[in-house]
Amino acid sequence: MSTPNQAIKDIAAKDYQYGFVTDIEAETVAPGINEDIIRLISSKKNEPQFMLDWRLKAFQVWQKMKEPNWANVHYPKINYQDIIYYSAPKSMKPGEGPKNLDEIDPELRKMFDKLGISLNEQKRLSGIAVDAVVDSVSVATTFKSKLKEIGVIFCSFSEAVLEYPELIQKYLGSVVPVADNYFSALNSAAFTDGSFCFIPKGVKCPMELSTYFRINASGTGQFERTLIVAEEDSYVSYLEGCTAPRRDENQLHAAVVEIVALDRAQVKYATVQNWYPGDKDGKGGIYNFVTKRGRCKGVSSKISWTQVETGSAITWKYPSVMLEGDNSVGEFYSIALTNHFQQADTGTKMVHIGKNTKSTIISKGISAGRGQNTYRGLVAIQKSAEGARNYSQCDSLLLGDKCGAHTFPYLQVKNESAQVEHEASTSKISEDQIFYCKQRGISEEDAVSMIVNGFCKDVLKKLPMEFAVEAQKLLGVSLEGSVG
Amino acid sequence: MLSIHDLKAKVDGKNILKGLNLEIKAGEVHAIMGPNGAGKSTLSNVLAGRDVFESIEGKVTFQGKNLLDLEPEARAREGVFLAFQYPVEIPGVGNLYFLRAAVNSVRRSRGQSELDAMDFLTLAKQKMRDLQMDQKFQERSVNEGFSGGEKKRNEIFQMAMLEPKLCVLDETDSGLDIDALRVVADGVNRLRSSERSFLLITHYQRLLDYIVPDYVHVLADGKIVKSGGKELALELEKKGYQWVGQKETNG
Repeated sequence: MSTPNQAIKDIAAKDYQYGFVTDIEAETVAPGINEDIIRLISSKKNEPQFMLDWRLKAFQVWQKMKEPNWANVHYPKINYQDIIYYSAPKSMKPGEGPKNLDEIDPELRKMFDKLGISLNEQKRLSGIAVDAVVDSVSVATTFKSKLKEIGVIFCSFSEAVLEYPELIQKYLGSVVPVADNYFSALNSAAFTDGSFCFIPKGVKCPMELSTYFRINASGTGQFERTLIVAEEDSYVSYLEGCTAPRRDENQLHAAVVEIVALDRAQVKYATVQNWYPGDKDGKGGIYNFVTKRGRCKGVSSKISWTQVETGSAITWKYPSVMLEGDNSVGEFYSIALTNHFQQADTGTKMVHIGKNTKSTIISKGISAGRGQNTYRGLVAIQKSAEGARNYSQCDSLLLGDKCGAHTFPYLQVKNESAQVEHEASTSKISEDQIFYCKQRGISEEDAVSMIVNGFCKDVLKKLPMEFAVEAQKLLGVSLEGSVG
Repeated sequence: MLSIHDLKAKVDGKNILKGLNLEIKAGEVHAIMGPNGAGKSTLSNVLAGRDVFESIEGKVTFQGKNLLDLEPEARAREGVFLAFQYPVEIPGVGNLYFLRAAVNSVRRSRGQSELDAMDFLTLAKQKMRDLQMDQKFQERSVNEGFSGGEKKRNEIFQMAMLEPKLCVLDETDSGLDIDALRVVADGVNRLRSSERSFLLITHYQRLLDYIVPDYVHVLADGKIVKSGGKELALELEKKGYQWVGQKETNG
């Protein structure tokens, strides 16, 4: 008879199912970063002068900065001159790329079919518009013209720089300044593509907007930039997914996401992050060093982050909200799962500036194998934030005895009227729970998956229906092969 | 249906069961009574396949199969059900969601089709009414925030849904007030049939007023020391376990 721990270990090691490589001809620049490379990236995109100047300034800033080392993650030093900063499928050559969705390289289309993402508008029943990004470029954006009819701009970032330079100039870097941190500075200098989304006054975006990020080429880093602007009384729900091939090398993904919400605007941003996590011995995997931040600029605006982080060898990520407008609301719902040798240091910052601002933080960390999972969160109540309220709940679940869970909640309260609550718990899946399930005829594998999903329920129910189902499956698969 | 021969079990270097023999035929209700520490709960754990024993010897045959060779989930699928003395809580997992997963995994193993959500719910509601269970059981997580009596009722509810062949009830009467006891007993009696057997493990005779057994056994110091009809339980109640122990030493 096997013990629960053994059986957790034995659970069929189903492979990372998105680990395939697509053979597409790519145009790739030499590795390394310098002013010439930045000029090259900018010229490939036919960028206006302001964009190039911005990049070059960012590069100067970055060169003076040091890589942060305060996170509870450990990895060999990254040589930033070994990374390839631009790689794009040849069929996407600027000026010669497809004019519409029908002209997309069939290989690219196949790649996305394999990932379960249809780039075919007719085939999509679910009402989700997709911007598909491969390595350094966006290869397709669906429903673009349909959304345009109601004034919603949804396009690749590169396109936005050319078509809507005044909006880009106004909002780019207005939430995450270039010098915010080492990775945001690097991203500002070298970013290649991403999504831009603009919801005009009073418009409730009728579709879910989404970006699917795929790393395909070897040796490259992906540096994408997403900017979402929601004007007064608008609403948008945004989804993001990511995968990468299985490789022995570590690849860097350093993205920046900025959200601006004006008066009474609501933005929901959900991520299912499933970058290649490395193999069971900790070889390979993506370094996911990401800066995500939203600014609730307007009164009664609301920004909500939901993330399911199951991939990446290392995750370093703190989706945050600056609560500037009075009565604005910030939310952070997170599930982070680390198995094998994965490390995650993730959490949020809620900065209360306006009166009666409210924030909610619910974090669920699951550690299995030798995974290390850290929650790091800051709740800052500034002097001006009369009547601010925060509720934080951080729960950790351990599977086995070689993994770790760590919680670092930071609190800064400068206004006495603030109410701040924090709850934390750490638990283990008990043998009693597993035996109980087995006695009812449920296999051990299903029992573990069920218990973990139950643990994450508060966060899963915040996800859009389809995503929630996907995330539940992902949690089950990610736990397979976890050791006791 | 169930045949236990010379069963011995050891935990932490201590012999708990020391050669237990028991024969249960289809449709029979057996009660096992005995003082604390006699090995009553150990017997139910051995039958269900809990992995806490240093060694298990002897033979347990269930419907022609060697039960001790099977994983706990396989035993459950064969039709062995244990109503736990202390049912565990599983936070965040809906009570009915859990039960449907259980019912369908048992059905799959029997080559039956899975119940869809609607059919399952209809059946569950019927059984819940039978057990006078509140609708709130539907929405809550498995055993989370349930009172002692509610947990026990939930066990019987699960039993009714899974339709096992052998039901082992481990001290199901403990912690129940008289009304709850009656409801639980009614639930059990409703499940009695010529194809289903019961093993009631209890400390007190009280339960047997409501679920009348065909046979009563006294378990003491790891062995069955006395067997008889339902009147044995009454005699025990009157004279105490001491009486059996003495007879054993004297006789």
